[in-house]
Amino acid sequence: MKTEDDRGVTTDSGIPVHTSYTAADLGDLVEFERRLGVAGEPPFTRGPYPDMYRQQLWTMRQYAGYGSPADTNSRFRYLLDRGQTALSVAFDLPTQLGLDSTDPRARAEVGRVGVAIDTADDMVDVFDGLPLDDLSVNFTINATASIILAFYLVAAERQGVARADLTGTLQNDILKEFLARKTFIYPPEPSMRLVGDVVEFCTEELPRFNSISVTGYHAREAGCDAVQELAFTMADAIAYSSLLCNRGLSFDEFAPRLSFHFATTIDLFEEAAKLRAARRLWATIARERFGATVPEAMRLRFFSGCSGATLTAQQPMNNVVRSTIQCLGAVLGGAQSIHVMGYDEALAIPSDDAVTLALRTQQIVAHESGITRTVDPLAGSFYVESLTDSLERSATEMIETIDELGGAVRAVETGEPQRWIAENAYRTESEIAHGIRVKVGVNSYQEDSATEVLPLFEFDETGFGAQVDRLERHVAGRRQHDVDAALSMLESAAAADVNVMPPLIDAARAGATLGEMAAVFEAAFGAYTEPSPW
Amino acid sequence: MLVAKPGLDGHDRGAKVVAFALRDAGCEVIYLGLRCSAERILAAAAEEDVDVVGISVLSGAHVPLAAELIEERTAQGMDGLPVVVGGIITPDDAERLRQLGVADVFPAGTPIDDVVGRVIGIARNSVSAPGGDDR
Repeated sequence: MKTEDDRGVTTDSGIPVHTSYTAADLGDLVEFERRLGVAGEPPFTRGPYPDMYRQQLWTMRQYAGYGSPADTNSRFRYLLDRGQTALSVAFDLPTQLGLDSTDPRARAEVGRVGVAIDTADDMVDVFDGLPLDDLSVNFTINATASIILAFYLVAAERQGVARADLTGTLQNDILKEFLARKTFIYPPEPSMRLVGDVVEFCTEELPRFNSISVTGYHAREAGCDAVQELAFTMADAIAYSSLLCNRGLSFDEFAPRLSFHFATTIDLFEEAAKLRAARRLWATIARERFGATVPEAMRLRFFSGCSGATLTAQQPMNNVVRSTIQCLGAVLGGAQSIHVMGYDEALAIPSDDAVTLALRTQQIVAHESGITRTVDPLAGSFYVESLTDSLERSATEMIETIDELGGAVRAVETGEPQRWIAENAYRTESEIAHGIRVKVGVNSYQEDSATEVLPLFEFDETGFGAQVDRLERHVAGRRQHDVDAALSMLESAAAADVNVMPPLIDAARAGATLGEMAAVFEAAFGAYTEPSPW
Repeated sequence: MLVAKPGLDGHDRGAKVVAFALRDAGCEVIYLGLRCSAERILAAAAEEDVDVVGISVLSGAHVPLAAELIEERTAQGMDGLPVVVGGIITPDDAERLRQLGVADVFPAGTPIDDVVGRVIGIARNSVSAPGGDDR
């Protein structure tokens, strides 16, 4: 109910918040129950599965990777030893941008924010001793997703694991790269074609693998609000689905293997409501826009990443508390897998201690808080239901605005949504600067700058040389004729609009490097420069 | 002012926020965007006759990338042009950057008003310093 003291009180995304809420805020009760439904059935507001965490906890999946394949293999073993239940591979920037470790442009970045992968052999070593038929693996890779998938399939072959037994997720969401994350290489249209090739191949060959993770997370981290995050994610999912339907794929067949990825930031109830609204939005879109007929094709499953942008360099241990709230938001929102940030991530790549505490945070929320006992514990809260409705409504309007711009692909080409994100980031920062938005340790409750000194992760600057040597030895030892023949087949497929996955896998087997394959695409598709932000 | 992102990292939130804030403080801001080489940054700086170059790096590669820019600055006889760096930067690295010849360092968490004030101060000195215009 609206009262006088409503003025100025809003959620993080600017939704007005009343002093208190009543049953009147739910509207017509029959309609309300229809919107809410039951977990495991469309519109999935209450959750994608009927028993949720009573049947299966979320997957604890810390994003990890740095240095060489061997370094990353040892961080994976470290996490699995501590009870992590799946893997998530972070790649270095050269790998994400199609550059070999020997490329001069890669010099400062090899192995720095993730593992350097140059060849299928590198991928084999990342998973050395880790059985791929037993582990779900997430790959945060986009512009070079098709190449990384080819390397992964070769690694699985070498372990003797059948494609049908592989589980995991390839991010493969290029639209949000143009929008926010910015590791694009080729222009939007041919980039979309590569996404389509991967999804088409996976739909046929990898029945248990999610071939795309449609991601709002990075736009949120780049500064947009919850409504925009929902709208961008849905608009991107609409663009991919349209592309795949146009290629003759059946929505009911590919949609069950689409997965989603959202941020969970610090406004607890708004975030839980956002995730509930996301499921309902997608169920509606799947049915109304794509004529989905099976529930699995309307069911949104997602990975939640806690927000790095909410963490502070000041008083870094406070970030443990922020991350715990965000983990709670993800669970209350019904996440299928979760990453919790390390407390030191405003300062460096997380240390072993920070990574362990992030995992322990998930374990405490899962096993001690009691939050998992029942499905969708916030259902029926006047406030949360009202927020869920508001977010769904506002996001629907914004999806229509993106439709008017010509859909997600055209929109990112104009640079318009990128400007919305940057403007919102600036607004947030200005609110912090002027004390409108309280940040503990930053604009309130500050301590002297000479605070605690944390033991931070130290990047091994010598690792670069070893990776370069390894790649040079590999190139010297391979059968060049086979590589040339395979790259030539890839070139023909790229030019002829034939699915690039089979020739990529052949090239990966023959020992072609990531940079060589990416260069074939660049020659065929060109390179992309983004529109100016103002 | 010129704001650019060198290297390969795409996290441009900080760079854009600083560019907006400088613009609102009355500065003329050139935003050069992503994946800029040292040569490209310096060519744009010379062409636009800027008073300060700011680079933003969130991948942790700030030391080698700043070193490359400073080296190229010397090679081109542009030592009078101040360079500032922002990003995910540890206190030790901030010191290393200063030793390289970086005029100021803004690690994540630096208040935006502080960034603007310090950059404008550096720009004023850069304009008034003898030899500051020899580029």
